[in-house]
Parts: sequence; C-alpha cells; structure tokens
Amino acid sequence: MGEYLVDIKNERLSFFTPAGEVKALNDVSMRLEEGEVLGIVGESGSGKSVTAYSLMGLTAHPGKLIGGSLDFNGHHINDMTEKDMRKIRGNEVSIIFQDPMTSLNPVYTIGNQIREVIMLHTGKNKKEANERAKELLTLVGINEPDKRLKQYPHELSGGMRQRVMIAIALACEPKLLIADEPTTALDVTIQAQILELMMELKDKLGMAIIMITHDLGIVASMCEKIAVMYAGKIVEYGTTDEIFYNPKHEYTKGLLRSIPRLDANEHERLVPIEGTPIDLLNPPKGCPFAPRCANCMKICLREMPPVTEFSDTHYTHCFMNQKAMLEGGNA
Amino acid sequence: MIKYIIKRLVLAFVTIFTVATLTFFLMNMVPGGPFLSEKAISPKAQAALEAKYGLDKPLFQQYLTYISDAMHGDFGDSLKQRGRTVSSIIATKFPVSARVGGVSIIVALCFGIPLGCIAALNRGKPVDNIISVLSTCGIAVPSFVICTVLMYFLGVHLGWFPTFGLTSWKHYVMPVIALSFYPTAYIMRLMRSSMLDVLGQDYMRTARAKGLSQFVSLFKHALRNAILPVITYVGPMTAYTLTGSFIVEKIFTIPGLGGEFIGSITNRDYTVIMGTTIFLATIMVFMNVIVDIVYKLVDPRIKLK
Amino acid sequence: MKSNPLSFQSKLNPDDFVLATAEEKESLVVMRESVSFWKDGLRRLVKNKVAMASLIVIVIVMIFSFIVPAFYPYTYETQIRGSENLAPMEYSAEELARKEAGEDVFPHFLGTDKLGRDYAIRIMMGSRISLLVGLIATAIILVIGSVVGSIAAFFGGWIDLVIMRVVDIIYTIPDILLIVLLSFALKDTLEGLATIPGFGWVQVVGTNLISIFIVFALLYWVGMARMVRSQILMLKENEYVTAARALGATSGRIIKKHLLTNCIGTLIVTTTLQIPSSIFTESFLSFLGLGVAVPLPSLGSLASEAINGLNTYPYLLFAPALLISLIILSFNLLGDGLRDAFDPKLKN
Repeated sequence: MGEYLVDIKNERLSFFTPAGEVKALNDVSMRLEEGEVLGIVGESGSGKSVTAYSLMGLTAHPGKLIGGSLDFNGHHINDMTEKDMRKIRGNEVSIIFQDPMTSLNPVYTIGNQIREVIMLHTGKNKKEANERAKELLTLVGINEPDKRLKQYPHELSGGMRQRVMIAIALACEPKLLIADEPTTALDVTIQAQILELMMELKDKLGMAIIMITHDLGIVASMCEKIAVMYAGKIVEYGTTDEIFYNPKHEYTKGLLRSIPRLDANEHERLVPIEGTPIDLLNPPKGCPFAPRCANCMKICLREMPPVTEFSDTHYTHCFMNQKAMLEGGNA
Repeated sequence: MIKYIIKRLVLAFVTIFTVATLTFFLMNMVPGGPFLSEKAISPKAQAALEAKYGLDKPLFQQYLTYISDAMHGDFGDSLKQRGRTVSSIIATKFPVSARVGGVSIIVALCFGIPLGCIAALNRGKPVDNIISVLSTCGIAVPSFVICTVLMYFLGVHLGWFPTFGLTSWKHYVMPVIALSFYPTAYIMRLMRSSMLDVLGQDYMRTARAKGLSQFVSLFKHALRNAILPVITYVGPMTAYTLTGSFIVEKIFTIPGLGGEFIGSITNRDYTVIMGTTIFLATIMVFMNVIVDIVYKLVDPRIKLK
Repeated sequence: MKSNPLSFQSKLNPDDFVLATAEEKESLVVMRESVSFWKDGLRRLVKNKVAMASLIVIVIVMIFSFIVPAFYPYTYETQIRGSENLAPMEYSAEELARKEAGEDVFPHFLGTDKLGRDYAIRIMMGSRISLLVGLIATAIILVIGSVVGSIAAFFGGWIDLVIMRVVDIIYTIPDILLIVLLSFALKDTLEGLATIPGFGWVQVVGTNLISIFIVFALLYWVGMARMVRSQILMLKENEYVTAARALGATSGRIIKKHLLTNCIGTLIVTTTLQIPSSIFTESFLSFLGLGVAVPLPSLGSLASEAINGLNTYPYLLFAPALLISLIILSFNLLGDGLRDAFDPKLKN
C-alpha cells in the first residue's frame, strides 16, 4: 500500500437528492505512483470529477462516501477530519478547475489569491509570499509578474487566468495535481500551451497528475495510464498503449472510433456512439453501457460483467471477453 | 474617480431640479390652496395673504421666483406656521427623524446580514427554516400593524416602554423596532439568497481546494461578494428611513420630518412641500451616488462611467 | 487473458451470449419521463407544501370575501341600534330578548363596531376591497409595465433613454407626495365626472377607489417595466435567439416563441409578488384616510379606525391586522413557490 501515492479501493459514493439516491460512483478502484500521469476519460456525469474531488474531501453537499477506502500519500482519507484535510489541500494535493473565468474570486487581486495559499501552508510572511508569487508567475510563463500581481482576474485573458490557477495549485509544490478538464473552456491554441506548460512543470517538479478530460487526444499525448469511466464505473483501465492499441471494452472501442485519425482512409467515417448515458437514479441491473452497446448480449442486460485482467495494468468489465473465452474453449 | 463624482453630482442636480419642477406644477394643479381651509378668513384678507406670499402672480412667474430663491438657499417661509422658515422647520424636524432612522438602519444591518448568512450556511436545516419564516413574516406585516401591536402589548398592556415622545432611550425602543422590522426582514432575505448564490460559485470551491478554513473562506471570499445586492438596497432604504416614516411618527407621536411632510401636503403648505421634497430628493440622489461609489470600492469589476 | 475466476467460468452458458434485441435493450432503460415546462413546474408547485397551503388560505379568504357576504344576515353598512361596541359573540339586550322568545339570532362572531355594524361582515367586505385592489392594481401594473418595458428594450436608443429617465424620476420623487397629491387632484375631477350622465358608475365604485387605481397605474409600473426591460435585454443576447435568427425566424416568431416563453416564468412570479405589495400600499393609504370612502371598509381603514379605541376594543384592531398580514404572507409564499417551480434561474 505504501508504494502508491494514490490508492483508491472499491469506492462507492452517492448523492442523496430529494428525487432519490444517485449512485455517482460504483466500485471505483485506481492506483497512482509518484510522478505518474493518469488520465480519466469519460463523458459528462460519468463520475470523473466526483472521484477526484472525493480524494480531496471536496465532495459537494448531498454527496456521501458510502464504501471503499481512499489512501493518499500515507493519509487514510476516510478517517481524516475536515481540519486535517485542510492541511493537505492546496499543499500536498492541488486542483485546477475547468473554468478559469469563474474559479478566481473577482474581488481580490491575483497577488492576494496566490499569496493566500502560500501564507496558509508555509507560514511565510506577506513579503516572502509575494516573492514566491512572483517566482510562480514567472514559472507559469506570465510576463511582468509585478504588474500582474496587482491586477484583478477580470483584467486577464482566459489562458492567463488558467496559468494563474496553475500557479496557485503549484504554490506549495504538491505531490499530486488534479486537473479537471483544465483546457475545456479555452481556445484551441491556448489549450496546447497550457498542456505543454503542465507537462514541463511536471518534469521540473516531479509531481503526479490526474488528468480529467473527455478529450482522448489529450490523454494520448500526456498520460501513462488511462481509466475509462462510464456511469460511475471504471469500465476499462490500462496503459495508454494498451487502451489505444488493444481496447477491450465496447465503450472504449466506441470512443476510439469516434475520434478522427490521421492514418485513416480518406473516406472512413467517424462512428458516433448512439444513445445517451443512463439515468443514475435508476441504474439498470446489468452493464450500464448495455443499452447503447452494438454487441449487447442477453447476459449483459441481466448481470454486471466481472473483471477480466489482461496484464498487471490492463483490466476491463465486459462480457465480450467471456464470450471470446467461451468460443475459445469450445473450439 | 473625481471626474466621475463631478459628473454624478451634475446629473444629481438635474434630477433634483426636474423633481422640483414637477412637484411645483403638480402641487399647483391640485384644486384648493393653502388659505381655503381657513373659514374665518375674509376674501379680502385671503387676497392680502396671497399677495404677501406672491401667490397672486402668474404660476410661471411664481415658479421662476421660487427657483431663483432656492438657488440662493432661500426656501421661503411656511405658509401655515407663521414666522418660521422652511429651512428652520427642516433643521428642527430632520434630526429627530434621522436619530430614530439611524438607529433603525444600524439595527437592520446588524440583524439582517448575520441572520441571512446563518440561514444560507445552514440551508434546509431548522435554523434556515426559522429564519426564512421570520423574514417572510417580517415582509408581510404592514408597519401600522407592527406599530399598533407593539403599542398595545409593550406600551399599554405591559407598560414597559413609553408610548409617545422621544426623550430617553426607552422611547426609542418601539419606534426603532417598528422602523427596522421590514428592512431587517428584507436584508435577511437578500443576504440569504445572495449568499447561497455565492456559496455555489466556482471560486468558493477554489478557496476550499486551497485548504482555507470555513471561517476565512466565508469572511474573506464569500461575504464581500454576497454583500453587493445588500449595498444596492441599503442606499435608498437609508434615504427613506432617515427622513422618517409618517406612520411610525404619527402612532408614536414623534415630531419628525415624515409627519411634517404629510401634514404640509394635506394643509397645502406649498413652501414646506417644496422644501421637504427637494430635501428628500437630495438625500435620495446623494445616497445613490454613495452606493455607486461603495459598490465600486467593493467590486473592482464595476467601471464607473 | 491471465486470470478468470473459475467459479464464474462454470456458470457460462452459450445462450447468454446471443445478441440482445433492440426491444430488450430498450426495456432496460428506465428513463425519467421528459415533461414540458408547464407540467414540470406545476408538479413542483403541487409538491411545495407551503405554497399549496398559501393557495388554500387565499382561496378560503376569497370565498369569505366574495361569496359568503351574499348569504350573510348582516350587511356592512347596517347600523343595528342598541348593539354598539359588542364584544365577539356578545348579544345586545334586544337580541337577547329575541333569543328568549325563541327566535334564531345570528351571532356577531367578531362583535360590532361603535356604530353597531356587524364586524365580521365588515372584515369580509374589507378583505374583498383589499383583494380587489390588489388584483386589479396588479393587472394594471402588469399591462403598463410590460408594454413600456418591452418597448424600451426592443426599440432601444433614445426611446429607451427617455423611458428610463422617466423611471428614474418617478423613483426619486417621494411616492407618498405623488399619492397624496394625486388622490386630492383626482377626487375632484372624478366627482365632477360622476355627475356627467353615463359616468354614474364612478360613484358606485367610489372615487377614492378609482383614484387608487390610477395612482397605482401612474406610479408602480416602473418596477415591472425595469424588470421586463432587463429580462428582454438579457434574453435578446442569448445564443438561441441568434440561432433562431440565423435560421430565418421572423421577429414575431422570436418574440412569441423565445422571448415570451422565457420571460413568462419571471413575469408570473413578479406579478404574484406585486399583489401583496399593492394590498400593502392600499392598506397604508386607507390607514392615512386616503383609501376607500366610508361606509365601504378596507382592511387598512378598519385598522385605522380601531386605533383610537385600542385600549378598550383591541380585537377591532387585531382582526383586520391579522387578516391583512395573513393575506400578504400567503401571496408572498405562493409567489416564492411559483418562483421555485417556474423560474429555476431565480431559485434560492
């Protein structure tokens, strides 16, 4: 257990809404070593962000952890008090949110918001914190840091604000950086810059990154491991090569078919995944992807597919593998 | 900033001028006049009185005379209270209203803001429900109801507080409760809903993710954003409350500006109506300028144009 | 394939691995039924206990003020001699004598006032007037406010500028001044009007009541107009309006289909919340003696009359005071419920 930076085992988390229990996470497990980059891929509502937030103890109000264990950097998150969690947040684990436009407080200067986290966790005084803030702004590639520190968020562009968010996240040199769709709200050209910056900083500072995204292009270039999530479950987990070259779950295959490829034939069409995600208020008995799956079988409707492991790092939940085994066995 | 303030003051002057003009003609359009109700007066004496105050001249000339006098700070003499200038009436009545009003505003802010925050932080819990019910009731009860109920129970029945006058702190209790009732309830509601809005903002999540304590994220990050709608409301509210409520002043027999104003309207005391209206409009406009400046100080996004 | 639980393998059954049909897949999906805006809002409203309770209170008050008086044995203006200043449920000497004689005497549930008028029926008539004023004044405000507001928003430019200046000025003039002056001014004009043949109804409705409506119409449309204007300006900027325009929708269609439907929730809510504020203002005016003319009562004037005898007959004050608070409270709570149900944007 000690060897992993992050070790999530069988996490279950539900939102208790007036309409009923929404099972947002259903038996989610994942591990992350120091300095590793993990991508979590899935569509909206699949539980990507919820997993990451629960690791920071940031689960929003009606949400409640109802099972499993979460370990991070020697801390057992399940048992930690809010007070202890606060010492970790922003210090050992930080997060960058999706929308830099709304993630910074509009009524305080950039400098104030960066200094705040430095002073909180390192005990530096205002002057030292200001020096560190300047360093950080330079580190994330913002010019004229002295001037920027005195500006308000609305005076900066979106890309610039996301750089500020990164500076805040990196202020205390965290072990783990969670990036929750950090580039979704940005222009394409800025997206590339921000991702490049993140990888550069990762090499420099040696932190681990959890990259939450629905963009397979981003995970392919950045991540060592990928978790594909669907309806609150990890349906397939593996190294980037395993996922891209040897996908085993129908959903992963569908995702890969729906992105354009440079090496594809000119007239090859992109194949979208038909249908919409299931309602987590009334989850089906069987595989959550079954209603949208082209190869859906009778058993898929009835039972939850078991885990099938292909290597130490690669596993999936899909009955197609049992089918292959059955046919293999019969042959 | 200075440029902005000058611009606002010029605009304010224009607004006050328009209000004065409108009031002047509206007032004179209304049938009846200041000396009609006095039955004992002979037509000759009435004509003499009207001549004395210049009411026999054409309306437009009266208007020009009034405006030019007003520009020089002379708001004329009261037509009904012999020997008193309008300025001296306002100077004696306004402080009375302002004292009661000022205390009421402080009470409203001191209760409204914290209670609204507490309700928002405990959303859906019993505390929230109690505060919400209280504030909805507070908005629903007309001030004359509050005044009379207070009067009956605390004043007459229990005899805890004097029912008229304004000579000791005890005299302030009931009028202040009556005056601050509605604003307190309204500020509570406003504060609760804007606090709930702010608590759901992304930057509050950022504050938590930084590891800030609830106390710091609340007082530093939430309050300053959540207070903005309250500031907008408090401006006009202050103007209204400082200048006195007719109902409260009538029921508790407080010699304030609110009562004076209504009295002057029913008596057609033209000069007092004009003087008080201009005074009220000035305070109103002035409060609006102050609100805009405070708003700018709290929220750097606001550009003063 | 490295590992596979043997226990599971033994359960494998080839029949299970036949492709499922589309219907079977369909049956698996338990989707929440998608409901229309109105149905959804109505459902949420019905679920809201506080709002439903308020609605029931309002309906009961309406029954008592519009239907019950028709069957009530007393009228609001009849002065019963010898029955002055009765306490609730008390009978006068004469009524007691009639009771002795075996006659059925309808009790004075709330006693009588100093002129010997049954107070219960006066309260009912009072709430009728208050409700009428609330509803009619609000209807006037709604029409004027939304028309002016949308004109300002649609045409913009100098029209908008002029309208908004007027709004600012009306906000700045102390409303009590305008109300008092206008009611004086209108009183004489309307009384003059009442003598002209064909305008006799003015007298029936009461000049004061009509002048209250006119005052409301002249003064209180500003809030509604501001709201409608800002709402439309905001909606105009929305992408779906641009999208509709790009698809070639006509202005009329955009107004009808997009702006109106998106505005209507806010409009309903503002209107419902305007009703209590109109009742509030009417009671205030009646309290000042500027409201409805005697002998017609309104809740405000009843409370005002009761103040002088507060020490001896406190119930004369508490009945109308409580009722008016209850009516205003119910409308406010219903308005809040409607807002939660139909205007998710304004929630909290």
